[in-house]
Amino acid sequence: MNAMLNNLASGAWGGFWMPPEGSAMAGEVDWLFFFIYWICVFFFLLVLVLLVAFAWKYRYREGQPMLDAPKHNTALELTWTFIPTLIVIVIFFYGFKGYMNLAVPPPDAYEVDVTARMWSYSFRYPNGEQSNELHIPVNTPVVFVLSSDDVIHGFYMPVFRIKKDIVPGRYNKIWVQATRLGTWDIFCTQYCGQDHSSMRSHVVVEPRAVFVDWLGKLGGGSLPPVERGKYLWDTRGCQQCHSVDGAATGKAPTWKDLFMSHVQTQDGMHVADEDYLHEVITHPNVHPIAGYQPIMPPTEGLLNEKDVGDIIAYIKSISKNYHPALPAAAAPTTGPSK
Amino acid sequence: MSEELKTDNYLTHERGFLSWALTLDHKRIGLLYMIFVLSAFLLGGTFAVLLRTSLLTPNHWMFPSDPAHDTQAKLFYNNMFSLHGTVMVFMFIIPAIPAILGNFMLPMMLGAKDVAFPRLNLMSFYIYCLGAILFTWILMGGILRTAFNIHLPFGFGLDTGWTFYTPFSTSKAEDGMVAGVLGAFILGFSSILTGVNFIASIHTLRPRGMTWFRMPLFLWALYATSIIQVLATPVLAITLLLLVAERLLHVGIFDSSLGGDPVLFQHFFWFYSHPAVYIMILPAMGVISEVISVHSRKHIFGYNFIALSSVALALLGFLVWGHHMFVAGQSNLVDSVFSLLTFSVAIPSAVKVFNWLGTLYRGSIRFTPAMLFAMGFILLFTIGGLTGLFLGALATDVPLHDTYFVIAHFHYVMVGSMVFAFLAGMYHWFPKMFGKMCNPTWGRVAAILLFIGFNTTFFPQFVMGAHGAPRRWATYPAEFQPYHVISTIGSYVMAISLIMVALNWLAGLLWGKKAPANPWGGNSLEWHCPSPPPHDNFTTPPVVDDPYNLAAWEYDASIEGWVPRKPQPAPAGRAAADRTRPVTH
Amino acid sequence: MSTASTEISAHGQAHYDPHLAHHFDTPEQQFTSAKLGMWIFLGTEILMFGGLFCAYSIYRHNHPLVFKFAAEAYLSTKWGAINTLILITSSLTMAWGVRAAQLNQKKLLITCLVLTLMGAAGFLGIKTIEYSAKWDEHVWVGSWNKYNGDNDASYATPPPEQPTTQPMVQIPPPAYGPAAIADDANTPLDVSQIKPRYSYPLSQSIQHQPPKRESDQRPTGEQQVDERYKQLSASDQWHVNTFFSCYFLMTGLHGIHVVVGMGVISWILMRTLRNDFSSEYFTPVDLVGLYWHLVDLIWIFLFPLLYLIH
Repeated sequence: MNAMLNNLASGAWGGFWMPPEGSAMAGEVDWLFFFIYWICVFFFLLVLVLLVAFAWKYRYREGQPMLDAPKHNTALELTWTFIPTLIVIVIFFYGFKGYMNLAVPPPDAYEVDVTARMWSYSFRYPNGEQSNELHIPVNTPVVFVLSSDDVIHGFYMPVFRIKKDIVPGRYNKIWVQATRLGTWDIFCTQYCGQDHSSMRSHVVVEPRAVFVDWLGKLGGGSLPPVERGKYLWDTRGCQQCHSVDGAATGKAPTWKDLFMSHVQTQDGMHVADEDYLHEVITHPNVHPIAGYQPIMPPTEGLLNEKDVGDIIAYIKSISKNYHPALPAAAAPTTGPSK
Repeated sequence: MSEELKTDNYLTHERGFLSWALTLDHKRIGLLYMIFVLSAFLLGGTFAVLLRTSLLTPNHWMFPSDPAHDTQAKLFYNNMFSLHGTVMVFMFIIPAIPAILGNFMLPMMLGAKDVAFPRLNLMSFYIYCLGAILFTWILMGGILRTAFNIHLPFGFGLDTGWTFYTPFSTSKAEDGMVAGVLGAFILGFSSILTGVNFIASIHTLRPRGMTWFRMPLFLWALYATSIIQVLATPVLAITLLLLVAERLLHVGIFDSSLGGDPVLFQHFFWFYSHPAVYIMILPAMGVISEVISVHSRKHIFGYNFIALSSVALALLGFLVWGHHMFVAGQSNLVDSVFSLLTFSVAIPSAVKVFNWLGTLYRGSIRFTPAMLFAMGFILLFTIGGLTGLFLGALATDVPLHDTYFVIAHFHYVMVGSMVFAFLAGMYHWFPKMFGKMCNPTWGRVAAILLFIGFNTTFFPQFVMGAHGAPRRWATYPAEFQPYHVISTIGSYVMAISLIMVALNWLAGLLWGKKAPANPWGGNSLEWHCPSPPPHDNFTTPPVVDDPYNLAAWEYDASIEGWVPRKPQPAPAGRAAADRTRPVTH
Repeated sequence: MSTASTEISAHGQAHYDPHLAHHFDTPEQQFTSAKLGMWIFLGTEILMFGGLFCAYSIYRHNHPLVFKFAAEAYLSTKWGAINTLILITSSLTMAWGVRAAQLNQKKLLITCLVLTLMGAAGFLGIKTIEYSAKWDEHVWVGSWNKYNGDNDASYATPPPEQPTTQPMVQIPPPAYGPAAIADDANTPLDVSQIKPRYSYPLSQSIQHQPPKRESDQRPTGEQQVDERYKQLSASDQWHVNTFFSCYFLMTGLHGIHVVVGMGVISWILMRTLRNDFSSEYFTPVDLVGLYWHLVDLIWIFLFPLLYLIH
């Protein structure tokens, strides 16, 4: 309740029916919504009034004769067939027009890759960097190229009035020109399993300069390996299932004290050294770990060798089994030799 | 002979378990269906109430909030909504009116002794039982496992929703997928065989004098429904078989990682499932045509338009399945074509609503429970149909698709319309089926309460959906909580009113007044035989007349029912009877 | 006239025809009704197979070369043609049998039914030959097919390009540091400066857990890669599995219908031996005949679609 009242007060909730209009297209969509809405109100009231009036006027009263009434009236019936037909054709036309505007992106739109997997989104920008949170510049056409790693997901931003399913095996596209600054919801709308209702993210609409600034800081390229590893944990989706403070999530082993611990898998015991960590990061689920489902999403294309090295450095730094002479600043810069 | 037949009816004709289990009497089969279908309604409804209860707070308050229980809570919710949807669609809505009221009334409306293929009818019933038991076992197994850690043998659970979208259903869903889908496959055959039976019956068992345009509109509705059942359900059958093949053998027809196409599944699935919603609504519309006419003592207005619009709906319904996939990634051309066709299917429904209003005009309306449910139907079907316009228009469908708006829309047409019509039909034909009258006051109270409860439950969902609340969400953002709370309270009111209906019927069965042959004064042939009917339906062959010629009956207060009006001698010099006639009751 | 039970209708009249059900007025009405019901049922069967034909059409239209390759390499036109001939002949004997029933020729009817059954058995026998040949060549259904991505020993690999019309652009590894975007917020983003995104590989084969199978069911031995397969594009190679799915699903479902047909024909045979049929009552023979003709008709469509692809 508090959340709703806060939203109402701040204007983030929007009107009675629709959320705030956050995109250039939202106005057109809302116009059509209310056009249909008032037609519906009219016809509903018509039916209601006639129903109540007839129920009252023609209710049975003892001794009252029944009035003469025709069994059909072709002219009337044709009229009430023809008029609704005209109305729906008009509705179709506006719906079609608005849809073509929604569906066809302008040729110079800024492309953002959206990858969905159970149960998170990851956004990749044209400079190659990726983030778990979507930032887009205001008043700029942005086209989202949607792909899925596993099953069908949805990509819905209510405030922009756009939605598209993310279907594995193909790319779907949807575009927007955001007009309202702020942080807005992204929802998954196609049932995708256990955590479908937690598959949410945010889109941050910010001024052009702020966006460019943020984009430049993505990737944490200049961070030292251990900090960069932590940054990657935070931004590449690892934190959805792996904790770093020892807490049990039920979905995946914690990274705390993982390095050089003994890991029980289906085909024996492994020591979690650098080789092992590299293997399980780049080829997940090959040796499922006892007590966990093999649900780790693939990391191919998501992490390059430097990323994997930085993650391993971070994992080492939070393990009690790691006793370096010097702090773990130097991570292996190439992959472990095979 | 006639003395024995006076007291002997289809319920008392033979006794013993086997006389029911192996019956070929369409009336008994209708009652058998009623027991199972109403049980399915109870099961699906219980889970609806549980669902709504769990949605009272943004996070699952029914489970402790730690990570292990979080998983369990979500699996439980996902199993619950899948069970609610699949049980309601496959085990309740699709069979309800055709298998219960249709089986009972169709032969009698035709003046016949039974349907064309009585043994096939019984087989339909047993196939339904088999599918229902398999289905329920699988689904309940999932619920019991996730909520209570009780492991039924083979009780695997199903969490895909009733739409089974691939590749989730074929690669990641719970293990009950195959058995659950096979359960639906079996249930589909029950539907197909009922359709075959009804089509053949209407074609070959019509009596002399009953041309197509002299049939009651309920028969037109059942005929149109049967055409859809016969043409659409086999496509579901092959789709489900392909799902099983995909899941078990990994053939790769719907899975993109093996060269298949997930959207192809959606095309196949909706090619059946859209016509399926017309299977649900057409019989309901047929019931309403009967109830509105009889309970306002008036000839139905625009018979031809209503009859033809039923067939039009059946045929047009096959052309619009793509509107369920507007955001799936179809081409813009395909989206546009389906949108235009979708609007075409709105017109026959609108025509019917106006025709029913026209029937009420200058009628003599009795507010029996059946009539109240029928009036509720008209209002709720109007809302349901009108909100379909938002979803058929492409630009507005994009934000509304897969949100609570869609849920509200289809509940208005499936519950607000179909269930109301089903209840109207049950109240209308209850005296005929059981020979007893229900207490009308409690029936009226239940109708009004259900109307209020229903709107309280589902209207807020329109608003919530327009604001972006997605469907099938076990948890939700806190801003939506007020809507969910109102909705849940409404669902409790609905539950109470439905319990009231059930008790009303039970009381009627046990202690109701004896029903006359024609308590409401209808003229279709089922009212020309005693209540309850004898084993062979008619003691004397009925005379075929315009089924809406209600003036042929007059009220007899001594039996609290209607009897054939004695023919008035025609005044000298006048050929046709005057339409204005005094009404004594 | 047989002494079978007579039905007393509510009218008190007795029907002496033991085959006339009590809810029909005349045997002709009953017969017409039964035939109509059977035709409607056949309609449902056509729609069921229709779904498979639809899937076949879509996949063949999208990958015509795949279907050509697989049909030429793995399907034997000879066996298919023999099967067609057998089935057409069995349809003939079945129709002849219906005629015999109409004319009260019990011996001829029995002969025709037996010949039909033999034809059906022959059809199934040849299908067994074909299916076992497929097994030997490791092109069985689903994950037992060497072209299926789920197969452990599969040499099918996902194509490097996405199966869509999106143009794929390869770029060098991502650079760190600020992206090449205009600083001035008032000028439009100069997209020509932005490096295009890199290709995103299909990662399905990692996600799929291959089914656990007995080792003797796995394809063994060295698999010779067919020359014509190598000539297919990468995308087409990925879809060869689809042809086999269509083939096995369509012929498999048809085969199930043949088996069921054999069952009902045997039942009719038994009833004939029991003297159930005469020229007054031969409805079941007629209806089973209709069913058998449909089974034959479906094969007549399957054969050219699957075996005669050029």
